[in-house]
Amino acid sequence: MRRTIGFIVVAIGILAYATVLLVGIPSLQLNELALPAEHSPITEPVARGRELYIQAGCIYCHSQQTRDVNMGPDIQRNWGRYAIPSDYVGDRPHLLGTMRTGPDLHNIGARQPSEDWHLIHLYQPRSVLPNSIMPSYQYLFLESSQVPQGMKEVPVPDQWKPEGKRVIATQDALDLVAYLQSLDHTYPIPATTE
Amino acid sequence: MLPISAILLAVVFLVSIIALLILIWSISSGQFSMGPGSPNVIFDRKNPGKVEDPASTDDKRENLQQLLVASSQYRIPQPPPEKNDPASRRDSDASTALITRYLLASSCVWLVLGSFFGLAASLKFNFPDWLNQDYEFTFGVLRALHLNLVIYGWVSMAGMGVSIWLIPRLLKTTLASQSLAIVGGHLWNLGLIIGVFALFAGMTDGVEWLEFPWKTDLLFALGGALIGLPILSTIRRRKVHHLYVSVWYIGAAFVWFPFLFIIANLPIYEGTQHAIVNWWYAHNVLGLWITPFGLGAAYYFIPKVIGKPIHSYQLSLLGFWALALFYSQVGLHHLIGGPVPTWLVSLSVVSSVMMLIPVAAVAINHHRTMWGHFRALRFSPTLLFVVTGAIMYTLVSAQGSAQSLRIVNMTTHFTHATVAHAHLGVYGFASFILFGAIYFIFPRLSGRNWISQRLIFTHYLLSLFGIILYGGVFFYGGVIQGIQMQNSDIGFSEVVANTKPYLWVRSLAGGLMTLAHLVFALHIWWVWYAPKTKKSFIPQTQLESRA
Repeated sequence: MRRTIGFIVVAIGILAYATVLLVGIPSLQLNELALPAEHSPITEPVARGRELYIQAGCIYCHSQQTRDVNMGPDIQRNWGRYAIPSDYVGDRPHLLGTMRTGPDLHNIGARQPSEDWHLIHLYQPRSVLPNSIMPSYQYLFLESSQVPQGMKEVPVPDQWKPEGKRVIATQDALDLVAYLQSLDHTYPIPATTE
Repeated sequence: MLPISAILLAVVFLVSIIALLILIWSISSGQFSMGPGSPNVIFDRKNPGKVEDPASTDDKRENLQQLLVASSQYRIPQPPPEKNDPASRRDSDASTALITRYLLASSCVWLVLGSFFGLAASLKFNFPDWLNQDYEFTFGVLRALHLNLVIYGWVSMAGMGVSIWLIPRLLKTTLASQSLAIVGGHLWNLGLIIGVFALFAGMTDGVEWLEFPWKTDLLFALGGALIGLPILSTIRRRKVHHLYVSVWYIGAAFVWFPFLFIIANLPIYEGTQHAIVNWWYAHNVLGLWITPFGLGAAYYFIPKVIGKPIHSYQLSLLGFWALALFYSQVGLHHLIGGPVPTWLVSLSVVSSVMMLIPVAAVAINHHRTMWGHFRALRFSPTLLFVVTGAIMYTLVSAQGSAQSLRIVNMTTHFTHATVAHAHLGVYGFASFILFGAIYFIFPRLSGRNWISQRLIFTHYLLSLFGIILYGGVFFYGGVIQGIQMQNSDIGFSEVVANTKPYLWVRSLAGGLMTLAHLVFALHIWWVWYAPKTKKSFIPQTQLESRA
């Protein structure tokens, strides 16, 4: 081809066409969604916890998108009903994830509501799930012989505690758990969508 | 909603097919005005029947020459005429020396760093309680650093370096405004450095492939534009009539990347819409930025080394435009079964399968060109790396098309198979070709010979075994993981436990590759700083006559 400009225009044109298809049209299609009324409220600790979830890179091993029974046994694994676009209204960045090195977390709050369990699990996953390969997130905890006023001690089993010390949850740990507890999309699918 | 999406989908498919037919018609009826010598434009007019591999030794080059050129079927390529006053090979190389050196040296540093981060991230699965006291060393940080450094640091910078070196050679001219490109290179590096510190500090955008804060991303957009502009303006001042297929790939990559990068970084998406944009971008970076660099380089180095034009030039043009048409629509196969509109996923699945057309075009071209010359691999390190990369491209593309099929995807989605596939593409295909290109370019750039053929071969073997373990054994582990995950009788924690041996394989593979990169980088370092001896140094006059 002799004409450089023509080449550039066609190259851009093809990509622009694909962009309209793959970005433009779906954006219009998904624009009118509203957050379902039953969606768990996004409180301040939940919002802070979500930031911590992003920072810690939980997304690299945990998806938040349950699939229809035709695609996999998500429902049999007790991971909840299939996800719908309105479950995610207002999420930025999105946290759908594409890996299940660990289990899906779209409904972890419903499946595992206990704050203590989450704190112990974050401090030492293998104390509750012996097979786990999840890193231990101990930078979210303090280790001290005294529990300071107003702070929460985590009931870690003795064999996993540092010698002679107690494990105390930081605000970050509590916020992250608050976010995990808020992940509950088990409400029925609103009648208006699909 | 359903009928509208169905009509839309049908129209889109129809447009693709019509575009493909127009393309085939225009190539076969000569609309692209290719002269008879178009594929020969890469050969030297003064000395067309000369094999070339600066990475090799004199003895092996002589062997190569005997093997290829002395054979009875060899036909000396006839380069087409040029416009007035074409630049010599030496002038072309001289005009890009600084920027190529800068980009390639930077890319090697990022490669070594990125490899260590990847290895550390992999070891985190084997030792989950290792380095658990500080945020800076968590898996999330290490993994993000690995991905961003190898993509934007290694592959992008090496790809840009190889491309900017190729462009004036292919156009028989000199590079326009090299200083602009150098400023661009600095901005790109600055973006990476700030990005690394930002990720260590927890300032991540949280979007896979776009973790660097969007303000740093502006530096990449600007830097990329400053490197791309000289390339595009060099195309305008070419001294050849025809643009060789590598120029198409390279030119298009520099046009596509800013477009993709800016649209993906716009802060206007949320929810599933953001996920759609995320994977549209991530797959297009592979297809429209990294793949063009790899293919553009392979289309140059394979015929260049063996002194024989590519098998079918028409086919290469079909491959290029079909790649542009179909690759730009494949990204959404990352969300099969997810909460996104079904028609969108169907579109991406069909496009992924249609990718077989450009892949077959490229495969036929690369492999048919090499056919009957595989013994040449023994005498040419460049060819060894580039041809391995080209074979991996065929493999990984066929694998990618298969993995996008709903029935296969059900099993491989969410598993380590996807990760293995990504490595087969970025490492097995793109990185291998870039390694080969750098082995070719470096002697021309420095006027020095590689000191040790054995070190080059060590690098090759370590990388090859690394990627066979990663793309083969670890991929198999991912498939097993997927099959078990699809079976609700097997508990999830059992599935996790069964992946453990494969995660060790991954660390082993990562270790081999990291070692390979150290060999590579130290060899460069050694050659660059070695005292000038007869063995290590090539006088400039000899360079010209050999070119």
